[in-house]
Amino acid sequence: MADADSNLLQLQGISKAFPGVQALDNVDFDLKSGEIHAIVGENGAGKSTLIKIITGVERADTGTIRLAGNEIEVKSPQHAQELGISTVYQEIDLCENLSVSENIMLGREPRKRGRIVWKEMHKQADEALRHLNVSIDVTEELSDYSIALQQMAAIARALNISSAKILILDEPTSSLDTHETEELFDVMRQLKEEGLGIVFITHFLDQVYEIADRTTVLRNGKLVGTFQTETLPQLELISKMIGRTMWDFDDMAQIKLTAGKQIGDEPLLEARNLGRIGTMSPFDLDLFSGEVLGFAGLLGSGRTETAELLFGIYKPDSGTITMADMPVKDFSPQSSIGRGVAFCPEDRKAEGIIDDLTVRENIILAMQSNQGWVRRLSRQQQYELADKYIEMLNISTPSADQAVKNLSGGNQQKVILARWLATNPKVLILDEPTRGIDVGAKAEIQKIVLELADEGMACLFISSELEEVLRTSHRIIVLRDKNMVAEFTDEVDEQTLMEAMAGSAS
Amino acid sequence: MNDSTFSWHRLRDSQLFWPLLALALIMLFNLIFTPNFYNIEIKDGHLSGFLIDILNRGSILMLVAIGMTMVIATGGVDLSVGAVVAISAATATVLINPALANQLISSEELIQDVTRTPLWLCVLAALTVSTICGIWNGLLVSRARIQPMVATLVLMVAGRGIAQLITNGQIITVYYSPYFFIGNGYLLGLPFSLYIVAIVFLIVWLFARRTAFGLFVESVGINARSSFFSGINEQNIKLIVYTLCGFCAGVAGLIYSSNVKSADANNAGLDLELDAILAVVIGGTLMSGGRFSLLASVIGALFIQSVTTTMYAVGVPAMAAMAIKGVVVLIVVLLYSDQTKNVLTHMIERVGVGS
Repeated sequence: MADADSNLLQLQGISKAFPGVQALDNVDFDLKSGEIHAIVGENGAGKSTLIKIITGVERADTGTIRLAGNEIEVKSPQHAQELGISTVYQEIDLCENLSVSENIMLGREPRKRGRIVWKEMHKQADEALRHLNVSIDVTEELSDYSIALQQMAAIARALNISSAKILILDEPTSSLDTHETEELFDVMRQLKEEGLGIVFITHFLDQVYEIADRTTVLRNGKLVGTFQTETLPQLELISKMIGRTMWDFDDMAQIKLTAGKQIGDEPLLEARNLGRIGTMSPFDLDLFSGEVLGFAGLLGSGRTETAELLFGIYKPDSGTITMADMPVKDFSPQSSIGRGVAFCPEDRKAEGIIDDLTVRENIILAMQSNQGWVRRLSRQQQYELADKYIEMLNISTPSADQAVKNLSGGNQQKVILARWLATNPKVLILDEPTRGIDVGAKAEIQKIVLELADEGMACLFISSELEEVLRTSHRIIVLRDKNMVAEFTDEVDEQTLMEAMAGSAS
Repeated sequence: MNDSTFSWHRLRDSQLFWPLLALALIMLFNLIFTPNFYNIEIKDGHLSGFLIDILNRGSILMLVAIGMTMVIATGGVDLSVGAVVAISAATATVLINPALANQLISSEELIQDVTRTPLWLCVLAALTVSTICGIWNGLLVSRARIQPMVATLVLMVAGRGIAQLITNGQIITVYYSPYFFIGNGYLLGLPFSLYIVAIVFLIVWLFARRTAFGLFVESVGINARSSFFSGINEQNIKLIVYTLCGFCAGVAGLIYSSNVKSADANNAGLDLELDAILAVVIGGTLMSGGRFSLLASVIGALFIQSVTTTMYAVGVPAMAAMAIKGVVVLIVVLLYSDQTKNVLTHMIERVGVGS
């Protein structure tokens, strides 16, 4: 690093592992004073872990952190503030029922003989806000003001806490409208002029281009690279975020080809004008048995929401679903399972595994719930099923009686897959089935999906990795901004897909 | 890892181990400090002694703890069980005793050994009313989505009012001897209430463990959202466990009122909910929900009753009893903390290596 001296903050070789997942793997990051540096990546890329390490919430397993050239150890969030690293989180962590000035000055109230000098305090708070071009009555309760103003108060507090040199903004614009976002950007530009280093985390790529000097892309815990924002076309940025890796996938292509021959003529599942306000715009969808339908789209494009509508997590406001020529009347996971629909959700921990239950109990759960609680599977049946899928999916566990929380991410994913396969589904919806699991397990799961389609199952495959979608799908639908914007049935390359995902803007 | 440490781990991880250890400690204490504690003699054709007393008096707590276990396993709690005991007791006794609604009855008529209503109907009515109380709680928690502690607080407060309405604000005394048998009778030398506990336990255990119901309860308690995604009807599971809890409290109310031959709306089952929660916690079921063991909860209930009886036996003054009970509970709960368990494990493993 030639100009290491100008680096305000420098992270080198940061790694951090959580049980079952390598959250960060040898990541470098640096921040200069007077720059806005964006960090982008899909879910699970490691953005939040990186921030937590900078702010002292988590400790890195390996790697060094330098602040203005000196190696430091960030012991706690408080310590980070003392070092001049201030953070404004996505969820505003202020006290709504206190006044604005109390919030800004909390813990550092000007005192005289032990008593707070209110006048002085209001004055200081007012000055801190005026510095950000905000002038409001600081004696009012914080909750009286809009989210945008509350955010300004949070920034004022963050800057006021110490002689802040680094400001970290974690998804600050997610609850702001366009105008409020512009105002925030003005403040950010002003602070940048004053020499602050700003780390800006967002999933709005347009905003990255509007404000960030440099952009660091993370994917699956690894550093893809740090780029001058203006020299990086948006399309290329997307491709870096979702990644592409070269594979030897001959035999996979072979399976795909044979499976492709089995696709039925009549759709197994038909959705007409299905939609829910705020979740997904109305859409039509046909799913045929024997095919793998891929969904491509960025986070928030509606890919997960569509899957959840089809599985009955939400009740739609409009439209109908027809499954095997039977109109669906009852929208719930329970009735969906009864119809032969299965859904591996995106969030494995919160919506998938029951972590204290054993592998066996996790595998039989959906089948048992479909049978009803009265007709309990005997112990022997349970073990037979569990052992069958442990062998079939190559789940590595000491025994079927191991608590599922002790398994690695990839094996947990296979357990959930086993849970659904045990219900003998006709339609299998997989939302990010390979996220955060190692390469070997990834390839195995992709192969299993293709084999299942070969046996006549209809699969809906959602992934943020384009290359994976391309490799496993017979047909691909692209989603953007809660709409289905394109469909590809023939051979298609990543470039075309990405253009469809990014929209006309690029 | 050698065999001895391996079996120690298995022992330590069993949900029965810690409540049994607690019970063993209190029994050891009695072996040393309480003379006659283990004496069992035959009086009037049945067994009698401190141990029998614990089983007899503990029956109410055991029943309520059985019901409470699965409620807690879903991540909830039922604070109204004490009030439901009072409602159940009031319902049964008011049907037996003719002194309903301030009718003026001569005292000779009052103390006659008769019942106004057939005994089976009294029992059925009390159980029905308490089961309805359970359904009420279940609906508030599962359908209205009120936090369990708040939802059941409603009936905890209102329930005693309902019991008072039933008894018309009076302490109803019963003189009907067949009814006394429920809480005072003996069968084959053992208290009849113990048989009731055994039957209820068996029914609930079969219901939980011979169907998939217990698995669903644990699943909902560990991760309600994942369970929903797996097609488990979380609302119905919760409704059923609260209903069951109300039913168990109803049975306990029958035993209680039969035992004391009266129903006092203000004092029947007072503070019982706290002892029941404690019994379940000592039985190793987490308040946050998840894995549960009915047997461990029953042992937990026996432990609490043993502490109470022991204090009578060694002659602790009544005013000090609550404080001492608190200390004992504190010790047990400390034993349960992961911190203590780790220190203990460490010590045992070191001894194991040394020997």
